[in-house]
Amino acid sequence: MNILVCISRVPDTASRIIVASGGKTIDNTGIKFVVNPYDEIAIEEGLRLREKNGGTVTCVVLGTEVSKDILRTALAMGVDKAVIIKTADDNYDSYFTAENLANYAKTLNPDIILLGKQSVDYDSLQMPSTLGELLNMPSVSVVTKLTIEGTNVTAEREVEGGKEVISSTLPCIISAQKGLNDPRYPKLPDIMKAKSKPIEEVAAIEVAARVEIVGLEMPSKKRIGKLVTDSEVDIAEIVKLLHEEAKVI
Amino acid sequence: MNKILVFLEANNDSLKRTSYEVITAAKRLTAGENVVGVAINASAEQLAFAGEFGLSNVINIKSDLLNDYSSTLAANAVNEVIGEVKPDLVLFSGNARGLELAPRVATKIAAAYVSDCIDFEYDGAELIVKKPIYAGKAISKMKLLTGTKVLTLRPNVFTAVKQDATSVSVTDKAVALNAADKKVYVSSLAKNEGKLDVLEADIIVSGGRGIKGPENYNLIEDLASLLGGAVGASRAVVDAGWRPHGEQVGQTGKTVSPTLYIACGISGAIQHLAGMSSSKFILAINKDKEAPIFKMCDYGIIGDLFTVLPQLTEKIKANK
Ligand SMILES: Cc1cc2nc3c(=O)[nH]c(=O)nc-3n(C[C@H](O)[C@H](O)[C@H](O)COP(=O)(O)OP(=O)(O)OC[C@H]3O[C@@H](n4cnc5c(N)ncnc54)[C@H](O)[C@@H]3O)c2cc1C
Ligand SMILES: Nc1ncnc2c1ncn2[C@@H]1O[C@H](COP(=O)(O)O)[C@@H](O)[C@H]1O
Repeated sequence: MNILVCISRVPDTASRIIVASGGKTIDNTGIKFVVNPYDEIAIEEGLRLREKNGGTVTCVVLGTEVSKDILRTALAMGVDKAVIIKTADDNYDSYFTAENLANYAKTLNPDIILLGKQSVDYDSLQMPSTLGELLNMPSVSVVTKLTIEGTNVTAEREVEGGKEVISSTLPCIISAQKGLNDPRYPKLPDIMKAKSKPIEEVAAIEVAARVEIVGLEMPSKKRIGKLVTDSEVDIAEIVKLLHEEAKVI
Repeated sequence: MNKILVFLEANNDSLKRTSYEVITAAKRLTAGENVVGVAINASAEQLAFAGEFGLSNVINIKSDLLNDYSSTLAANAVNEVIGEVKPDLVLFSGNARGLELAPRVATKIAAAYVSDCIDFEYDGAELIVKKPIYAGKAISKMKLLTGTKVLTLRPNVFTAVKQDATSVSVTDKAVALNAADKKVYVSSLAKNEGKLDVLEADIIVSGGRGIKGPENYNLIEDLASLLGGAVGASRAVVDAGWRPHGEQVGQTGKTVSPTLYIACGISGAIQHLAGMSSSKFILAINKDKEAPIFKMCDYGIIGDLFTVLPQLTEKIKANK
């Protein structure tokens, strides 16, 4: 099985986000960058598919030189091949990423492309479907259970108010949601070995921007902030406020 | 804008609430008569509900091939309707279906696409939308650069506003779809009977590690059912196996924006806040007065949830 996993490099979820001077990017000072948490699940699924069916797992990231660090993590987890589609800077939109990933995927002709359900930086939530269109492939987003028998694909996912079972066939694109599997932790010797493994470089192709960031702002956090004790009177007061001030119950 | 196409979804006897939100949002950008709905295999009775929100024109795609929903075929069908309506903007709700379908449609028509919008500004020429990034830790303002544009709107943010009801003229449209393009389809849907999903709920009561064990979750469930709300959980609770993944709220769980979020025994870790910080009102119950959740709440009760929750439930019951 020819498996392609797309991964993105994002700030650790515990990071505090601050807008940088210029107002269009975030301040990277002190931020630790990691493999997008959903993409770890995608890598794990790729490795399990290989363990079951044989084949190779290729892991690709689009980004600048620094993005190689997450490919090392993927190599330590056990992927066979790591590829970076190299950009000059971080100034590109999701469509640029999609075109470039599709372009690379065409050279590889994978049976399955695994992604995370969203990249927790820009939370664009669009890559699986966009790639699906560009590659004329079916896609299933936000998958919590995946079964592949021959070329038949069965995927489960949660939707509002229920669970959908989706049928498809290979080649297919799947995006991973938490619950699909528990990603393995790379072992120390594998982390060491991953440091010297080759990383293939591909230059990004130019794609005209469709979306432009014109500014970033911090969310307004105006909260009432009324704190009370657990006395009966205070609890009654909160119920009254929910009723009369917030009008939510 | 000259024309806006809004994607409508049927639900039981009417339409999904999110469809009304999308109609209302479209009417902020153009006059009601310029908004056209598109639905798939809906009934005239279901579509009539759109009239209560001021939508008078709907194109109803008819295709037996779409009886089991297929995202690839739905994209082809919507694409055909776009060719006919020639909208400047196509709006979807950012629910499971919309988030999957909208980028497919946008790619087909080479349109700029932004997901999960919470607000927009339109000056007659440029459309600038706001969207939460980094799980809501920042908001980005994005300009869509192409002629036709596509957006998904975060559910529960654009409040649906009722109007003087208009009658809805439904045009059935038989689209010629190719069975060979049905490469993916929903083969079954199991409804969570009687269980409301956090993504659909107006009120969510969530438990954290402070609940101590799954056997105590009845305290959360009682309050949720009294309020007609859904049950949520922190990751600590889900990881411990006390509650299913589907209830997890947070950066790697679900992003919710209910009218009221009640956090019980949840510390308020940044990853949890990321999933619920756009709730309209937040009530926190925690025995530690230094818990970070208290910096993010509208109302906070400092105390032991095992004594506070029963009292709170009793008092709300008495107040009804
Ligand atoms: C990559 C990553 C992704 C993550 N994603 C998520 C996510 O999506 N959602 C999420 O929730 N977390 C997420 N987390 C985990 C997050 O960092 C916290 O660990 C988690 O939210 C803590 O859950 P908690 O508040 O239930 O538990 P704790 O932090 O242990 O807090 C328990 C709270 O209960 C209070 N308490 C205890 N007993 C009582 C009592 N009797 N009465 C009242 N209060 C009591 C305590 O004072 C404490 O504040 C993620 C972490 C990582 C690294
Ligand atoms: N720069 C990137 N390089 C490789 N894969 C990416 C990149 N950005 C996003 N992806 C993949 O697309 C998924 C969804 O991302 P998004 O649609 O941007 O939220 C991610 O979880 C990754 O699997």
